[in-house]
Amino acid sequence: MAGLEDLYREIILDHYRNPRNRGELEVPPAVQAVGFNPLCGDEVVIYLEVQDGVIVEVSTGGQGCSISQSSASMMSTAVKGRSVAEVRRLVRAFKHMMSIHGTGIGGTGDDLDDDGDSGNGASDVKLGDLEALRGVVKFPVRIKCATLSWNTLVQALDETFA
Amino acid sequence: MSSGGGDRLGAVTKAQFPLLGRQVHGRPIVYLDSAASSQKPRCVLDAMNSYYETINANVHRGAYEIAAQATEAMEASRAGIARFVNAPSADEIVFTKNVTEAINLVARSWGGANLGPGDAVVITEMEHHANIVPWHIMAAEKGFELRWIGVGADGQLDLANLDQLLDGAKLLGVTAMSNVLGTLNPIRRLADAAHDAGALVLVDAAQYVPHLPTDVQALGADFLGFTGHKMCGPTGIGVLWARAELLEAMPPFLGGGEMILDVRKDGFLPNHIPHKFEAGTPPIAEIVGLGAAVAYLEGLGMDRVREHEVSLTAYALRTLEERYGPDLAVHGPSEPACRGGVLSMSFRDIHPHDLSQVLDDRGVCVRAGHHCAKPLMRHLGVPATARASLYVYNDTSDVDALADALGAAGEFFAR
Repeated sequence: MAGLEDLYREIILDHYRNPRNRGELEVPPAVQAVGFNPLCGDEVVIYLEVQDGVIVEVSTGGQGCSISQSSASMMSTAVKGRSVAEVRRLVRAFKHMMSIHGTGIGGTGDDLDDDGDSGNGASDVKLGDLEALRGVVKFPVRIKCATLSWNTLVQALDETFA
Repeated sequence: MSSGGGDRLGAVTKAQFPLLGRQVHGRPIVYLDSAASSQKPRCVLDAMNSYYETINANVHRGAYEIAAQATEAMEASRAGIARFVNAPSADEIVFTKNVTEAINLVARSWGGANLGPGDAVVITEMEHHANIVPWHIMAAEKGFELRWIGVGADGQLDLANLDQLLDGAKLLGVTAMSNVLGTLNPIRRLADAAHDAGALVLVDAAQYVPHLPTDVQALGADFLGFTGHKMCGPTGIGVLWARAELLEAMPPFLGGGEMILDVRKDGFLPNHIPHKFEAGTPPIAEIVGLGAAVAYLEGLGMDRVREHEVSLTAYALRTLEERYGPDLAVHGPSEPACRGGVLSMSFRDIHPHDLSQVLDDRGVCVRAGHHCAKPLMRHLGVPATARASLYVYNDTSDVDALADALGAAGEFFAR
């Protein structure tokens, strides 16, 4: 049985208590996307500003549990300053980690190499601190908490390039 | 510490519910989520098994022995349920999937025939989404106005401008007991005011019928819905009670077999009530199970059930106050006699989802979330709550386990 410590890693609680990149950005130039978890009422707001294919500013808002809010905070630090192409690979890698069977579930993961060491898939993406969220998979009910901000980020990217 | 007479009922009934004998995460289960769904006593499970093992056949069709017995079992359940809520006739008991379908039936059938531009439907801020969204859908289609009774102090409805809200209204929809606050609303008073204004009254009794003696006539309701799985019965079966003359005048809801007297190429003739509203093969085993559940609750005595829950709710409120004081807020009426055994909690700054995760680790099952009452959550100014809810099989040991687990959660997140 998975213990609570597998879920509530210290770095997660730190991001929950001291969220990074919290706030709002002016729209435009930024775009805004809102994501809901209809099961528990959690809400994540993502502001994203892209210049020349690079995410120059990202900001998060909303309310929710430690997993959804820390994931949003960690996501914001992971994507800031990176190219959109890199970020899309990171999203795929993160969602791959968050899928119960270790393969992509749903649309964004379908093109994923799932053998873990393929050269051109998501598997070569370094997740860094985001690895701390790996334990969430052992608590399937909470996976949606962890992926909420990432799905909302994809919405914001799609909005940017709509 | 004992809470007197109420505790004995919990101790006796616990043994009758097979699931309550299991463990989770290596600890005995502490089930405190009956407002979402209750556990089922052995007698209900046996009744459903026995139906399948001895008389399973489609109803209202075959002339053979077991088909007649299946029909008889189903109609006996209907009669028992009618008695349970003091309906004047079993023909006024319409089987639905759940209370959500019961309200959708009223909105679609009665609302479709009776509501239009210039009309108004009044509902309250403490309704479950099941008594909000059907009216949003119909309002968009029919162009009537949706009005709201607000929530005021101590989790009670704010009835200061009730007459104004009811002026010109055709229907008042109200929950008999809030699934978040536990508030018991003054249904008779509301029904009298609505009738004076020329409006009908629909009561969402999903949280009421399982917990209090129910008399649809004394409540003054015109429509009243409840659901089987919250009252020791199975999932997939609910009830719409409505006055016969209303059901007679309403157009059918779903079309198909069972609900017709005659079908021709140029039309159909609907069946008599209640069958007019029961298209297709019904969930027969579930109806039999709900009949057994009602008999079980009657055996306990609904007065005793209520007394048990008031006593246990008082014990819970007292215990939580003693242990956690201002760190723990229980939303809703403070007086146990004015509320049901639903304890929606905000504990320190721990998000309800995180709180319920730690409680689960100790075998304590509570519901975390918005409880399908987002307008009420916005009124309370919280994104969600952790809700513990009590029923016949709970006793003071369950409340003590909850209080201990809250302490563990507090320590875990203070580290």
